[in-house]
Amino acid sequence: MLIKKPTDIRSSEITDKKLYFNSREFIQAATGTAAAAAAGVLGSEALLHAATPAPHGRKLDNVKKSPLSADERTNKWEEITTYNNYYEFGTDKDEPSMLARNFKPEPWTVTVEGECNNKAAWHLEDILKGQTLEERIYRHRCVEAWSMIIPWVGFPLADFIKKCDPTSKAKFVEFTTLYDPKQMPGVRSPVLRWPYVEGLRMDEAMHPLTILTVGLYGEVLPNQDGAPLRLAVPWKYGFKHIKSIVKIKFVEKQPLNTWQLQASNEYGFYANVNPTVDHPRWSQATERRIGEFLRRKTLMFNGYGDQVASLYAGMDLKRNY
Amino acid sequence: MRIPDRVVRFVLKPCVFVASLGPVSWLVWAALTGNLSPNPLSDLTNETGVWTLRFLCITLAITPLRRLTGWNPIIRFRRMTGLFAFFYGTLHFLTYVIADRFAGLDFPNGIVAWTTVQNLAKSVGEDIYKRPFITVGFTAWTTMVPLAATSTAGMIRRLGGKRWNQVHRLVYATPCIGVLHYWWLVKADVRRPIIYGIVVASLLAFRLYRARRVAVVPARA
Repeated sequence: MLIKKPTDIRSSEITDKKLYFNSREFIQAATGTAAAAAAGVLGSEALLHAATPAPHGRKLDNVKKSPLSADERTNKWEEITTYNNYYEFGTDKDEPSMLARNFKPEPWTVTVEGECNNKAAWHLEDILKGQTLEERIYRHRCVEAWSMIIPWVGFPLADFIKKCDPTSKAKFVEFTTLYDPKQMPGVRSPVLRWPYVEGLRMDEAMHPLTILTVGLYGEVLPNQDGAPLRLAVPWKYGFKHIKSIVKIKFVEKQPLNTWQLQASNEYGFYANVNPTVDHPRWSQATERRIGEFLRRKTLMFNGYGDQVASLYAGMDLKRNY
Repeated sequence: MRIPDRVVRFVLKPCVFVASLGPVSWLVWAALTGNLSPNPLSDLTNETGVWTLRFLCITLAITPLRRLTGWNPIIRFRRMTGLFAFFYGTLHFLTYVIADRFAGLDFPNGIVAWTTVQNLAKSVGEDIYKRPFITVGFTAWTTMVPLAATSTAGMIRRLGGKRWNQVHRLVYATPCIGVLHYWWLVKADVRRPIIYGIVVASLLAFRLYRARRVAVVPARA
């Protein structure tokens, strides 16, 4: 179609036109817009999303079993790789499974900064060198009141922290996710403030249950689950389990994590699983285990109370949610 | 455009009726064949909710479409789409009651027991009272009840056209409350509630604009 350039329209004429803009045209324009928007909404969402389970990756060698694993039936690979909250790849649960397919988790560098003696940019291979990998079957409880049992493969975060040699000023650890609009379509919308940031208190970070995760079901971690390196802190809600970590910083002050920044009345720094402290909009007393119909009672500290309750002795957990 | 009355009645209306059952048929089929997400109960709740809003938008679009196209028989679809909004809204409420409330109950005397009914009623009531976005959603559904109940020709006759029209202005409130409910539910991504908000606002603005114009310009005989 040939689009002709308008010839010599004076600005005064454009202004004048407004006066001629009759009501019928206005109504037609307004309704046309509304109809088009409505059609767009009705049409686009009606399409069936085609969630795809992650392709199977490289097998990890010499993975040891761990006494810290939960003795429960694990969720299926399909469930763990098509039902993901990973907003960098879209806010629908099935979007990461589709939009993370071409993500490149190799090569990967983690920058270590802040209050420590070994500030460095680490290649992931070097982080893993000589490190024993363990399978940790953990209960995973999302703040949205659903849960899964996930066989992670990883190693204690404490092992890595020791290599970084934090100073006495290091009271907290701050983690940052990769921010790459080219690879991560979700970060092109300001749904959250990017990059995603999380944090742990030093004693939480050093706890034997806290692991850096590199695998799932004995294989390399799928992209939609936070490849190549994510955190697992099983007594905390899922949003603390920061994915695709590119920076670890030792800091003196409590970091401001992304969801707390988003809505501090709903999401706190600690985010410990707690059935007695409800989310302002929904109850945390029960949860739906993915694959089950009846809801389960949510356990204090997600069932890890024996190991972690002492970390919070004397703290008001209603205020420090 | 002149479509014979018989075609509207015996062809178009049945087609729209069958098409309106499409979403629920698809959901049931997808749920039974495992084509929903790993959390199918959450999908059923979300989808029935969104389809309620869509049918409300369609229903609200009928009068503007009639004015713009001049095709008056379109008005004869309004009751049907409105009742489908109520149908999907009721399914939405029921999935919530079953998947969210019933599934979270204790069953001290087994599932088939009087205590189950009591506990369910208590659980639903408490939730509606305690959680604003549930309160709002329940209110939106409640506004549709009198409209559905007075949707028959007999009820129109009994109420009288004028009074019936007044009662049915309630339909303007339903999608507004519905959008608020949706907005309140999402965690961070409010883009879809915003789109529905814009659509509903435009459809209501059309009426406001027209009502004012009719009031200013004396109607011609």
